[in-house]
Amino acid sequence: MKQVALLMDEDAIRRALMRIAHEIVERNHGVHNVSLVGIRRRGVPLAERIAANLALIENETLQVGILDIGLYRDDLAHRPFAPVNQTSIKSAMIDKRVVVLVDDVLYTGRTVRAALDALSDFGRPKAIQLAVLIDRGHRELPIRADYVGKNVPTARSERIHVEVQEIDGIDRVYVEKVPVIEGEE
Amino acid sequence: MRDLLTLESLSGQDIGDLLDLAQNMAEILDRPIKKVPTLRGKSIVNLFFEPSTRTRNSFELAAKYLSADVINVQKSGSSVEKGETLWDTARNLSQMAVDAVIIRHQVSGVPQQLAEILDIPVINAGDGSHEHPTQGLLDALTLRQAKGHVAGLKVAIVGDVLHSRVARSDIWALLALGARVSIVGPPSLLPSTYEELGVEVTTDLKEALADADAIQVLRLQKERQSTGEIPSLWEYRLRWGITRKTLQYAKPDAVVLHPGPQNRGVEIDSDVLDSSRSYILQQVRNGVAVRMAVLFRLLGGGHDE
Repeated sequence: MKQVALLMDEDAIRRALMRIAHEIVERNHGVHNVSLVGIRRRGVPLAERIAANLALIENETLQVGILDIGLYRDDLAHRPFAPVNQTSIKSAMIDKRVVVLVDDVLYTGRTVRAALDALSDFGRPKAIQLAVLIDRGHRELPIRADYVGKNVPTARSERIHVEVQEIDGIDRVYVEKVPVIEGEE
Repeated sequence: MRDLLTLESLSGQDIGDLLDLAQNMAEILDRPIKKVPTLRGKSIVNLFFEPSTRTRNSFELAAKYLSADVINVQKSGSSVEKGETLWDTARNLSQMAVDAVIIRHQVSGVPQQLAEILDIPVINAGDGSHEHPTQGLLDALTLRQAKGHVAGLKVAIVGDVLHSRVARSDIWALLALGARVSIVGPPSLLPSTYEELGVEVTTDLKEALADADAIQVLRLQKERQSTGEIPSLWEYRLRWGITRKTLQYAKPDAVVLHPGPQNRGVEIDSDVLDSSRSYILQQVRNGVAVRMAVLFRLLGGGHDE
């Protein structure tokens, strides 16, 4: 039987995203030179919420870029075909600016690597920072997040589900514990 | 989907998915660096047995924008001129570890035969008077961008429909996407068999263009005059040419498409071609995006079937 444990509810997600917004302001001494880029799909609504928080804190409206990393995957040949979705980023959002990449879960780091490659095709940022709602560990690349909503030590066999109102109709994060089959990790 | 040989064999859903993919690929053309690493390490052969500038360049750029390596093989100067069979050409390509073949051939059905021989994706870049699927896709994409949708539009295809692989692919794509299609041209150049598919067939330009949201003007192959299929270029232009005057038969906001190359002053007048109603340059741009989508669809993923 699958076991499910709730990690974050609506309030916890709201507070985490507000804290991340404050940290972004603090670290960058404001947001006048900051751009937000959400990694599709769930990084996009999270980035939009951080932008809304930043507008409250700093009274500055940040546009959110949408990035689909489908064309930058390093495992295309090993996966079934998946369509590429919309990317909307202007060079002006990237060049000489601090770009905060936003995603829901940081796991192996491969999605972030792909996103870093993609960003460099749009321009040359001053710096790139990474914000994630959940860091679940198990990195396969030397990548770490600058802003983390919640660190969740997990087993590889576990699955983290982030659900957001804009896509799933509910705000919550839960972990699904898949029973370990003998002989596997 | 392993090959792209026809649009006839694709559903409206398949075609719609390819158009969505192409729409998202089009964004890459607006970037400062128009290159993504998606097909890095893949090699593609452009095998063109018939002259072509636009289609061949478009496929080549599409492949290069996706970081694939491309070689162009043309009939002249290749071993085909020395009598090598298609079968042998194909076998040689397989031995060179090619990942996909794009083929244009003057004989209908050759891409299909090649696909049966090879175990890599084959893309039809135009075969005889059969089909030109990527052109059909780019025409549908251009229409969708111009009008916001394809379903419910009335599209008039004007000219030599009988010998046109573009018209055939357009008809399959447009019908699958829910458009109404009327074809019009000289009686000697109109296949009547399309009536069975629900395509309106007429020789009267005014009738075909009535209520049309879009007009696809086909290139008139001038040799049709020497073969007696049209009386004269002058008469052709008078009866089926798209001029500022005949354009008025269509809806006021009707858009004009042409697969190129154009015979200005024959099937279409310059003032129509160069007007704001004309989406011809957008078609060319969409051609690259559609071909990127097709290459990505066929090569950008493991086996999903």
